[in-house]
Amino acid sequence: MSWFEAAHAGFVQAALAVSAFLFVVGTVGVFIRRNVITVMMCIELMLNAVNLAFVAFSRAHGTIDGQILVFFVFTVAAAEAAVGLAIVIALQRNRQDLDVDSFDLLKG
Amino acid sequence: METLFSPANKELGIDALIALLKVAIIFNALLLLFSLMTYIERRVLAFMQFRRGPNRVGWFGILQPAADGIKLFFKEEVMPEGANRLLFFGAPIVAIITAYLALAVVPYGGPLVLPFYGQVSLFGRPLDIQIANLDVGILFIFAITALGVYGIVFAGYSSNNKYALLGGLRSSAQMFSYEIALGMSWVSVIMAAGSFRLTDIVATTQQWGIWPWMILQSPAFIIYMIAACAEVNRTPFDLPESETELVAGFHTEYSSMKFALLQMAEYINMITVCALASNMFLGGWLSPVPFIPDSPLWFFAKMLFLLFVFIWLRATVPRFRYDQLMDFGWKRLIPAVAIWVVLFSGLTALLGEKKTPPSTVAATIAPAVGQVSR
Amino acid sequence: MILDVILFYGAAFVALASGIFVIAQRSPINSAFSLIVTMCSLAVMFAMLGSGFIAVLQVVVYAGAIMVLFLFVIMLLNAKQDEGDRAGGIGRAAIFLGIILAVQSVWVVWNGSASLPTNYKETTSADVARGLFSSPRFLYAFEATSILILSAMVGAIVVARKEKGK
Repeated sequence: MSWFEAAHAGFVQAALAVSAFLFVVGTVGVFIRRNVITVMMCIELMLNAVNLAFVAFSRAHGTIDGQILVFFVFTVAAAEAAVGLAIVIALQRNRQDLDVDSFDLLKG
Repeated sequence: METLFSPANKELGIDALIALLKVAIIFNALLLLFSLMTYIERRVLAFMQFRRGPNRVGWFGILQPAADGIKLFFKEEVMPEGANRLLFFGAPIVAIITAYLALAVVPYGGPLVLPFYGQVSLFGRPLDIQIANLDVGILFIFAITALGVYGIVFAGYSSNNKYALLGGLRSSAQMFSYEIALGMSWVSVIMAAGSFRLTDIVATTQQWGIWPWMILQSPAFIIYMIAACAEVNRTPFDLPESETELVAGFHTEYSSMKFALLQMAEYINMITVCALASNMFLGGWLSPVPFIPDSPLWFFAKMLFLLFVFIWLRATVPRFRYDQLMDFGWKRLIPAVAIWVVLFSGLTALLGEKKTPPSTVAATIAPAVGQVSR
Repeated sequence: MILDVILFYGAAFVALASGIFVIAQRSPINSAFSLIVTMCSLAVMFAMLGSGFIAVLQVVVYAGAIMVLFLFVIMLLNAKQDEGDRAGGIGRAAIFLGIILAVQSVWVVWNGSASLPTNYKETTSADVARGLFSSPRFLYAFEATSILILSAMVGAIVVARKEKGK
């Protein structure tokens, strides 16, 4: 087996590794970023990583189910972005601030 | 390393070579068509407004586009103060790349059949005038058009200019709203063809007969043309760059070649939507007149007619107000297209849909790069 | 095949790099720009993994709709001021733990996926449609998503609307 055939056979494994790494990057981003919009973008990044894993498994098992699940993830992501950004606009209107650390009104 | 030059890879190399040739030819043809369009637009507008239009450079002013190009090329590049440099440079590049990318999947007239010669082939492969025959052709164009918004949004945002920012905001909202109607107007065509492949759609048209197809799909066609007009920012919907209120909107701060690139992207998008309409709703390269054979020339005739309609509209219709634009998009166009989709799917269910998606064209013509991209 | 390999690994590299840029940038607009690049390169990876339909949908839905919405909100709120660092050592601790987590999870996934089956079959957009609609397995879920989208739409309008008298 030549090098590029090996590389071609390793698609699924490489895709899963990339997926795991991007998921962790998204998680770290949620913790270290303070702007609400950036935090939401990190969540989108995590969803994207999951999509990649679904597509890779769909290829490995030779079934279509993984791709259909990605389809559902798209819908949920779209709904989440719409509602989340509406909340961001409401926050900006009421508090004039987008820093997640400053929303601590419920603290005793 | 031996397997690198295996027969399969050699075939792939020939395919890639043919695809590259096609890319070179179509790219340059589009460049020519773009410069001609700027000239034709100005002449036709002048004719409709009882003016003379450009008539000094060359025969009837035909060299005017070249003169414009040279002028723009020698202008000074201005970088506005406080601009986001990366995005300011990136915006025209994004705009032009997306504009050209969309054209990669448009079939400009099916199999290349010359009169008195027949099918043209190269390296034993029958040629067709299409770079990549993708399984998801229409969706690909939709995706690329969606990316095209970024050129305008980035241009507006990075200029550090309130008119440009307003233009960018307006355009993102406008393209967002009209993309829905644009995408939904394709549904009846896709439903009839049972495929996203653009050549399959023409094959379906052939099965139906071109006139029944054009008449039955005409509501979708009208909605498509309106939405496409908004999508490429042509005059009744040119709010992102309305020069009388926003100076020039998103490209206020652009000069020299970057400005030329933005203009070029706009015209090429216009050509794309017209080529797509000609392919999907008007039967592509099929001849609507009996006794005249199908030919790629028909495709270009239909496309040029639609381009003329856009210019005509520009000379005729005044610009919308922003709230009118949004009202029209959301409260008129989208309900209309939704009703049409329901009606058409009802019709299909009643009359029974045609089984076995037509893949005659797709089967006879080996897609050159469509194979690579799986 | 060789084109597939080059495109796939190239896109994977771009996705990783721009994914890191998303969280390394200070201003939201640069993060959004990096995220768009990530999504487009992920779409290329999807196409190379043999699901062109999902790849195109990825560009349409994520890059074409969701990210334009993000950019729209960033431009509307004009949120281009840079954010400061998170107070204390929490940020540094998160990065440190994140590196450990990344190494662990990539290692686990890499070793765990070595024994996956290789039943790759060609799929087209028509196959996705058949999988989605020809059996009731995903059909009800599909119908449920339409309700989800509708409620999200209503919710977004209600939340973002200006209240009267304020």
